[in-house]
Amino acid sequence: MDLKRIGNQTVVFTNPSVILSSYSVVGPMEGKGPLGKTFNKVWPDTINGNPSWEVAESKMMEEALEGAVQESQVNKNEIDYLLAGDLLNQIISSNFAARTMGIPFIGLYGACSTMALSMAVGTMLIDGGFARHVLVGVSSHHDTAERQYRLPTEQGGQRSMSSQWTVTGAGSLLLGRSGKGPRITAATIGRIIDFGETDTNNMGAAMAPAVADTILNHLHDLKRSPEDYDLIISGDLGILGLELAQQVLKKNGLYFNNFSDCGVLIYDKSQDTHAGASGCGCSAVVFAGHILDKIKAGEYKRVLLVGSGALHSPTSALQGESIPAVGHAVVIEG
Amino acid sequence: MFEQIIPAFVVGGLICVIGQLLMDLTKPSFTPAHVLVLFVTGGAVLSALGLYEPLVKFAGAGATVPLSGFGHALAKGAMEAVDERGLLGAFSGGVEATAVGIAVAVFFGYLVSIIFNPKG
Repeated sequence: MDLKRIGNQTVVFTNPSVILSSYSVVGPMEGKGPLGKTFNKVWPDTINGNPSWEVAESKMMEEALEGAVQESQVNKNEIDYLLAGDLLNQIISSNFAARTMGIPFIGLYGACSTMALSMAVGTMLIDGGFARHVLVGVSSHHDTAERQYRLPTEQGGQRSMSSQWTVTGAGSLLLGRSGKGPRITAATIGRIIDFGETDTNNMGAAMAPAVADTILNHLHDLKRSPEDYDLIISGDLGILGLELAQQVLKKNGLYFNNFSDCGVLIYDKSQDTHAGASGCGCSAVVFAGHILDKIKAGEYKRVLLVGSGALHSPTSALQGESIPAVGHAVVIEG
Repeated sequence: MFEQIIPAFVVGGLICVIGQLLMDLTKPSFTPAHVLVLFVTGGAVLSALGLYEPLVKFAGAGATVPLSGFGHALAKGAMEAVDERGLLGAFSGGVEATAVGIAVAVFFGYLVSIIFNPKG
């Protein structure tokens, strides 16, 4: 059997998966942002009548998963795996959302990189002949993330200028073996990079070296240059993290202006989020809406999505441990 | 009335300015909880040195309402109780002097938790 692995970290798929459908659900703040029109559904508030924010996040993911299935018109019993993840302890948003799906479920945790990770693993399952269709989805919720990772929102503590606003949103894609739509043609699974950043209010700085490392390895493995992509977009580095990643890449001789970040695009300056957005939902809804739209319109022929994840826990952060970070890259071609 | 309001406003405001500067000029790892602990212990230390009482006389609620005023009440109560009852007063006096504040916090905290269903 031919090995599909190329270079150190990259796989090139023989049978790329096809993105048959996508669905995104977001909160009101994301709906009012510059990409507001690209989302399928905007909730009027972040709880939407649910008893808790945690239940709300889980319901939001359920809506995104169901939405993607409906848009594709694929029968649920032809979907062989559900790959999902989120930011909460024991990935409860995904576990609870998966209860009603009735699809064999694999939970993934890559923090905010989970969307790119699930797209990579989902395509591996399809390319390997293990699945006909794979449903992937992730979610994050500003208020559940604040409760778990920071402080109760009622305390109203001051946010630092480097902190990022967790996106309230869930995004989902249905991947298939064949059909019409953009294809996932290659993936680079990232290594954990930890430069000793301990400030959880500055996750962009923690993740930037990991994203840069994955981009460098990806380009090296495939012997490509940044110009081979219409867009290289990271998940949620935010304004400060994107600058840092650009600096690291520049030091390695790569300078390109088609590098952007989902966490920079989703809010505008007037929304006062400080360093931009973060959360699993960030790259998921920006990809499922804005980026897929542009790929389908032919504006982008080849996109590199690099999900960025900060893999600390609230306990490790309180104990002063540094933040292990990762970047996972997938290539999407129109 | 204004001769009381203006000093209270200025002193209370300046104490808050110190808190805000501590938030803005330190690393983000310095949290509101650190400010809280620093102000309570700071108030207690200033009180022990005899420096906080003149501030209370001058500014009234401007000095007693901020967290440093709580530290001052703790220290003052402890010192007074030591004078009356000896060393054991150092442990009982502080809480006695601040009993109203503590009981009000517990009572209203309880009341609010019964009436409302907190989601944060």
